[in-house]
Amino acid sequence: MIELHHISKTFRVARRNAGMREAVKAFFRREYTEIRALDDVSFTIGDGEMVGYIGPNGAGKSSTIKIMSGILHPDMDKGTCVIDGLVPWKNRKEHVRHIGVVFGQRSQLWWDVPVLDSYELIRDIYQIDKPVYRRNLEELTECLQIGEILRTPVRQLSLGQRMRCEIGASLLHDPKILFLDEPTIGLDAVSKIAVRDFIRRRNREHGTTVILTTHDMQDIEALTERILLIGKGRILLDGSLSELKSRHSGVRKITVSHSGSDVPEKLPAGIVCTENQPGQASFAVDTAAVGVSEAIGMLSGLLEITDLSVAGATAEELVVSLYEEFAI
Amino acid sequence: MKLYLHYLSIHLRAQMQYKTSFLLTVLGQFVGSFTFLLSILFLMNRFHTIRGFTTAQVLLCFGVVLMAFSIAECFFRGFDSFAGTISGGQFDRILVRPRSEVLLTLCSKAELSRIGRFAQAALVFAYAIPSSGVHWTWDKILTLIFMVVSGVALFSGLFVIYAAICFFTTEGLEFMNIFTDGGREFGSYPIAVYGERVLKFFTFVVPLALVQYYPFLYLVDQAEHRWYALTPLAAWLFLIPCAILWKVGLRHYKSTGS
Amino acid sequence: MNAVNASPVSGIRKYATYFRIRFTSGLQYRAAAAAGVATQFAWGFLTVLLYKAFWEADPASFPMGIAQVTSYLWLRQAFLAMFNSWTVDNTILSDITGGNIAYELIRPMNLYALWYTKNISMRAANVTLRFLPVLIVASLVPAPYGMGLPADVPAALGFVLTMILGALVTCAMVMFIYIFTFFTMQPMGVRMVFNAVTEFCSGDLVPLPFFPPALAAFLEYTPFASMANVPFRIYSGHIAGWDILRCAGLQLFWLAVLVFLGCLMMKKALKRAVIQGG
Repeated sequence: MIELHHISKTFRVARRNAGMREAVKAFFRREYTEIRALDDVSFTIGDGEMVGYIGPNGAGKSSTIKIMSGILHPDMDKGTCVIDGLVPWKNRKEHVRHIGVVFGQRSQLWWDVPVLDSYELIRDIYQIDKPVYRRNLEELTECLQIGEILRTPVRQLSLGQRMRCEIGASLLHDPKILFLDEPTIGLDAVSKIAVRDFIRRRNREHGTTVILTTHDMQDIEALTERILLIGKGRILLDGSLSELKSRHSGVRKITVSHSGSDVPEKLPAGIVCTENQPGQASFAVDTAAVGVSEAIGMLSGLLEITDLSVAGATAEELVVSLYEEFAI
Repeated sequence: MKLYLHYLSIHLRAQMQYKTSFLLTVLGQFVGSFTFLLSILFLMNRFHTIRGFTTAQVLLCFGVVLMAFSIAECFFRGFDSFAGTISGGQFDRILVRPRSEVLLTLCSKAELSRIGRFAQAALVFAYAIPSSGVHWTWDKILTLIFMVVSGVALFSGLFVIYAAICFFTTEGLEFMNIFTDGGREFGSYPIAVYGERVLKFFTFVVPLALVQYYPFLYLVDQAEHRWYALTPLAAWLFLIPCAILWKVGLRHYKSTGS
Repeated sequence: MNAVNASPVSGIRKYATYFRIRFTSGLQYRAAAAAGVATQFAWGFLTVLLYKAFWEADPASFPMGIAQVTSYLWLRQAFLAMFNSWTVDNTILSDITGGNIAYELIRPMNLYALWYTKNISMRAANVTLRFLPVLIVASLVPAPYGMGLPADVPAALGFVLTMILGALVTCAMVMFIYIFTFFTMQPMGVRMVFNAVTEFCSGDLVPLPFFPPALAAFLEYTPFASMANVPFRIYSGHIAGWDILRCAGLQLFWLAVLVFLGCLMMKKALKRAVIQGG
């Protein structure tokens, strides 16, 4: 259980202007600008939840992650953060035993030695009992399909292989909470899917709580039901992805390829045919009247659909419209 | 301890992947301190004594400081290169581990190529110990060991200070070189040759003289008191302010995250 | 490559531009410079004290006057950023070992000249920020610890001339670090050995007159002595008269030889790099 109540974080940044005179002045009396990285952030995440934490660069995502993982402490005077009964920055060592962190752009594996050596070191750092370690390793090796590369030095691995090993390294001590900071950045499509599948499976089988920051909306779509949107240090939105989608409804365009018969003249309410060529047709769907999936169902009842695409409803566009709505 | 050994073995394996580089660095370390040794020999050869100390006696000082420095540099390299650890974000990784951050920083690097310098120090000892005119007794041997061990503690403390400053700024750290590299170079001669004020500074501020000059006087039978032999132990007090500074720095880091 | 250049003038102009950009960006690192000044001053002070102790032990054995030695030592500290052998451009080294060198090769510039410009502009910027504070403080320190004025007018002129030549020779020497790295791909080890030898032979650790006479006489003719050794000794009058011109001539000679050798080896190294596809 993760509970954040009214957490704020203010950084003081020394302001320095160009020029020698300013530099001398700054030497004697520094002027500071206060930057509110987090402003009254509150949320609760239950055990076993998967949450997507999104927002533009510099919105406060990594500050929040750092606070939750005990690296950073928030402004002292107000606000609380309790994770499984512990305050992360006060009980750092005890707390971090129960969390795993993957920083997508940094590695915790040793570049020049086989992956397995890094794993054994992590075993000693976390003081994991040998039988437990063996069991966890076996399971992770199988799920992540890294058995063949465990004996390879990291520098010879592809990015996708490395990320899988990276995730494995963060789970060897079987943490209850997993923080993933852009885990799919730079990966190819196959690796992305493998990583997502694994995370989903881990969550399902171990009940691991997963908090995921990403700019890849397909990650969000594939993994998380709940989204936290942060902008300028404030939580702007906390809700489920489908809820969001329906809130930001509008007209969607469904394009189908079909074989055989022509498009019938009479269509269900909310669906209008916008383009009709032999074998291919486009429909505008008013999602206020009929859901996209419902519309697809109806269309497939009317046509022999061989292929279809929906435009305008991607999470990507949704987020863009959210950013626009909140002006962040 | 077990964890540290585990780290050390991985460092060793990783560095052995680059054998040529490793050997060249060892050679570089050796040549670097060898030219320095030569420069001492040239000067001592020309002037024979400095403040009454003979060449072999100066070399004994040189050996103690060089050995202490090379050991400290080998094992405390993680603090010595801390600026990179902070700016590269590896320190965040250390903080999400359930172990002491000092221990993990200590573990994070080990520069085994420093053996080049260490070998030099050992060779200098091999020459200076018999020819320095010191009448070696058990207590003097013990004093010499104290000097080296406490010297390691002192240089390590300096590296910790260096790292602690990195928590606040990574600019302008060059001045710490006066104490680390400077301590090594200027510590090659008995500190008193630089005069009274410098000796005071290196006694009470950065206690290099406690591991070098005073016990050294005891070795060459010029000490005013017998307890000069124990001064290296006092140098350990230096670690207290180092530890405090580290704590303060760490608190600062946790409140700014950078 | 030269065929691309429209004229020799425009060929030089691009290096001048490069110099200007690097020089002004190098001037930004003021905090580093302040720390450098403090370090170099403390370092110089301790060194002066050490030689003072030797002077007291046996003044008859001193190969130069104590004032000449202190001037030498303070000049060394003040111009350390220009004459040291360890400042290298790490981006160049990582370009070589990392294979990024290809990007440098596609530009219509001579790589040797480009890197030489990079080096000299970096050093010039560093030394500009540092030398004055050190010199001013050093001249305020009371004699015999402090820094004196140049011995006479020819010494002052000779100092400026040989200083510029010495800086050019130093950069030509440092270029060999990059070139050796091409062949070994091990920048660390190469640098350490190179630094140790250069520092020692150029009189950076101990001024050359303090060396055993035979060795000193030999080193005088090597390029190492044509770096900082010549201007620093001219300043205090230790090298005077026609010897100034002789030393300057030797500097010119070594500059030509080193640049020629450097270009030659660089060409070889690049050929290798191209063949290896690095």
